[in-house]
Amino acid sequence: MTGFFAHNALLVSLAVILFGLVIGPLGIRRGRRDWIEIAYGAVYTNFLLVTIATLSMVYALVTHDFSVSYVAQVGSRETPLFYTVISLWGALEGSILFWAWVLALYSSAAVWINRQREGNLVPYAAAAFLGISLFFLVLLVGPANPFLPVSPVPADGPGPNPLLQNHILMAVHPPLLYLGYVGMSVPFAFAVGAMLSGEVTSDDWTRITRRWTLASWGLLSAAIIAGMWWSYEVLGWGGYWAWDPVENASFLPWLTATAYLHSVMVQQRHGMLRLWNLNLVVGTFILTILGTFLTRSGILSSVHAFTTGPIGFYFLGFITLVLVCTMAMVWGNSEKLRTVGRFDSPASRETVLLLNNLFLTAFMFTVLVGTLYPLVAEAVRGVKVSVGEPFFNRMTLPMIVALLFLMGVGPALPWRSATTKELRAKLIPPLIGALLFTVGALIAGVHNVYGVLAFCFVGYSALANLREYSIGTRARRSAHGESWPTAFIRLVGGNRRRYGGYVAHMGVFLVALGVAASSSLRTERTATLKPGESLSVSGRTVRLEGVWGREEIQRSVIGATLAVVKDGGVVGFLEPRMNFYPTSEAPVPTPDVRSTITGDLYANLMAFEPRGANATVKLIVEPLTPWIWFGGGIVVLGALISILPQRRPSQAAAFAPAAPVGPPISAIPVKVEA
Amino acid sequence: MNWNRAFIAALIAAPLIALFAWGFTRDPNSIASPLPGHDAPTFALEVFAPGQPPLARPIGDTVRLADLRGQVVVLNFWASWCLACGDEHAILTETAKRYAGRPVHFLGVLYNDVPSAGIAWIARMGGQSYPSVNDPSARTAIDYGLYGVPETFFLDADGRVAYKQTGPVTEAGLTSIVDSLLAASTSSKRAGRGL
Repeated sequence: MTGFFAHNALLVSLAVILFGLVIGPLGIRRGRRDWIEIAYGAVYTNFLLVTIATLSMVYALVTHDFSVSYVAQVGSRETPLFYTVISLWGALEGSILFWAWVLALYSSAAVWINRQREGNLVPYAAAAFLGISLFFLVLLVGPANPFLPVSPVPADGPGPNPLLQNHILMAVHPPLLYLGYVGMSVPFAFAVGAMLSGEVTSDDWTRITRRWTLASWGLLSAAIIAGMWWSYEVLGWGGYWAWDPVENASFLPWLTATAYLHSVMVQQRHGMLRLWNLNLVVGTFILTILGTFLTRSGILSSVHAFTTGPIGFYFLGFITLVLVCTMAMVWGNSEKLRTVGRFDSPASRETVLLLNNLFLTAFMFTVLVGTLYPLVAEAVRGVKVSVGEPFFNRMTLPMIVALLFLMGVGPALPWRSATTKELRAKLIPPLIGALLFTVGALIAGVHNVYGVLAFCFVGYSALANLREYSIGTRARRSAHGESWPTAFIRLVGGNRRRYGGYVAHMGVFLVALGVAASSSLRTERTATLKPGESLSVSGRTVRLEGVWGREEIQRSVIGATLAVVKDGGVVGFLEPRMNFYPTSEAPVPTPDVRSTITGDLYANLMAFEPRGANATVKLIVEPLTPWIWFGGGIVVLGALISILPQRRPSQAAAFAPAAPVGPPISAIPVKVEA
Repeated sequence: MNWNRAFIAALIAAPLIALFAWGFTRDPNSIASPLPGHDAPTFALEVFAPGQPPLARPIGDTVRLADLRGQVVVLNFWASWCLACGDEHAILTETAKRYAGRPVHFLGVLYNDVPSAGIAWIARMGGQSYPSVNDPSARTAIDYGLYGVPETFFLDADGRVAYKQTGPVTEAGLTSIVDSLLAASTSSKRAGRGL
């Protein structure tokens, strides 16, 4: 019943989208505002209908309605409620439904907020949104239909993939990823709108979508970090990044989006790099679709790959359409986008931003080539190859350290040009930070070149970024006579975009330090212990207290209790476990981590003697790993600060008539037609 | 809109799409396995459990696949934490004893485990008649495309993988495979002499 109802909601939505796709462009052509309004209505209606379908799915999951195919596939009466709800995105069909819902949410919000803007930019953007939604709706009523009736109705189901119900982060990582990924369709739709409406030479579309892009970028950053964290906490290998095709797929659009966030500043200041920015926005969107295609079609081998099926061909069709249309549109418009301005001096922030873009795109292409190479190699030479960490590390580490350095130089340099005196005053003092961090890294035992360079440049750049705060605060203090905290808060509040960016930089530095330290200074040992025996790794000691077993509702658990010993006393316990799920042949390792500010003590249960006489335990000491997760939080905070509306300069301005509706995203200059 | 440029740009997308379309004809997870007819991946691994005379080899001795040419090799991957390995242990150790003196070499390979745990396990099982070697970092297991333990590879006298058993072996299966490989190797020798 629920399935029938939801399926029909999706069918109606498909019809609504098709109608909107006809009436919208017709309305634009004939200049009929009311028809365009109807197309907007189609966007909102789609949201309503997909919401109904999504809620129906949640309802079917919670009520264990096994007559719905998706529930029969991932549901189980034993699964706890929480994991039942989040299994909405635990398999292919549900994740497509969730994707369609997030897309509908973004489209209707973006269209609603900008609905009163005149000109054809928003109507075309709405059409682009409808076009993307159309694809996902076709999937949902066709090859990825989660609401197929099942007959006879099974009494129980197998439950979600054990890996997905083993950790709380599974509730966080996928939705963040979808929110970030799908959010990139907002700048894309408006870029398409700008190209189709002929408004591509104005920077309006970049202003309208600034906050959307930033929010999506922040969510994507959070999703990548959460994914790393999940892999670290669940998979039991003590690592967090393996250059798996799916990890790369989430990282590729992040790189181009990061490049765009930086280069769009040059466009908005000098009217330069218009074509470049258009390419970055379009490229980011294509990479999100490409990433989904690579991981959902089964074309590449990956730990994350879902089941393969005809859905791959649909994605291939869609990606062909998107590639051909957008490349044609961008290059067809490229002549209009000739740059008018020019760079004043090589010693300027513009130059650094350009270099940053160069490195980020080179980074993206490297990762893309590494990801697709197995496919190319098999097509050209007929051999199976896999491209692993050595390739990616060797190719990307130089770019990563270069980017870390630029992150310090960029903020220190002024726009346009800098005098030698300015350069000296800005670029020399941070060298102290570089020196301190380099010495610190060498003392701590970091000996690989890129590890030391990472520390060195983080030291340099962190100091350079911090100095921007201190210089600004000091200037405010002497100019306005404010106290330190007031001056600081007003400084950040007065230019949230800029100082939020620096906060995000600090977050990236923390992540870089965490990655550099935990990968260079990691030590591990594996040993088989009898109760009472101890294992030590670089000064940290654990003692096996015992091996135990426990039956839980949906699984059975074998665990080892390890006492963390320090100076003869017990300071805490670690309980690495193995969870056995009835549907899975192999146990799911469940390591336990003890985090302190200096690093993690990571224990994984590798094996146990069935009678509990001993346990084989892998113990890893990973310095600074928690800094990665914390740094990720700071990055998101930085994005948040940049998104928040600008503090108004004076009391009088606060009462000035504001934009008619919504958050200030709509407060863009409205074109007044004579 | 410049349509010439647009058309050229669209053409640029073609190779990428062709590549993806071609990709659908392949299965990325099917990896050519070293099964019948293929040469067995070579290895040189150290003995950590000597086995019992007459099959024993000293601890620390390096077993090289190349040195076993001309013999049938039964390569059994196992681990002390693997429950099913206990089930097949008696069959393997007894069968190896029965074939002592014939050109068959039984070899245990410890997978993802520590030798001390392996030795303790053998003691608990009542001994192992043939030697076992350690496979640090599972290099050999990876070369053989190991799916899990226990897994047993049967190599013929020419160093080719003739058969692979996933999961515990049975006595009848083990005997019949070894016998047929022995028969094949003697008949090929005879054929060789005849030429």
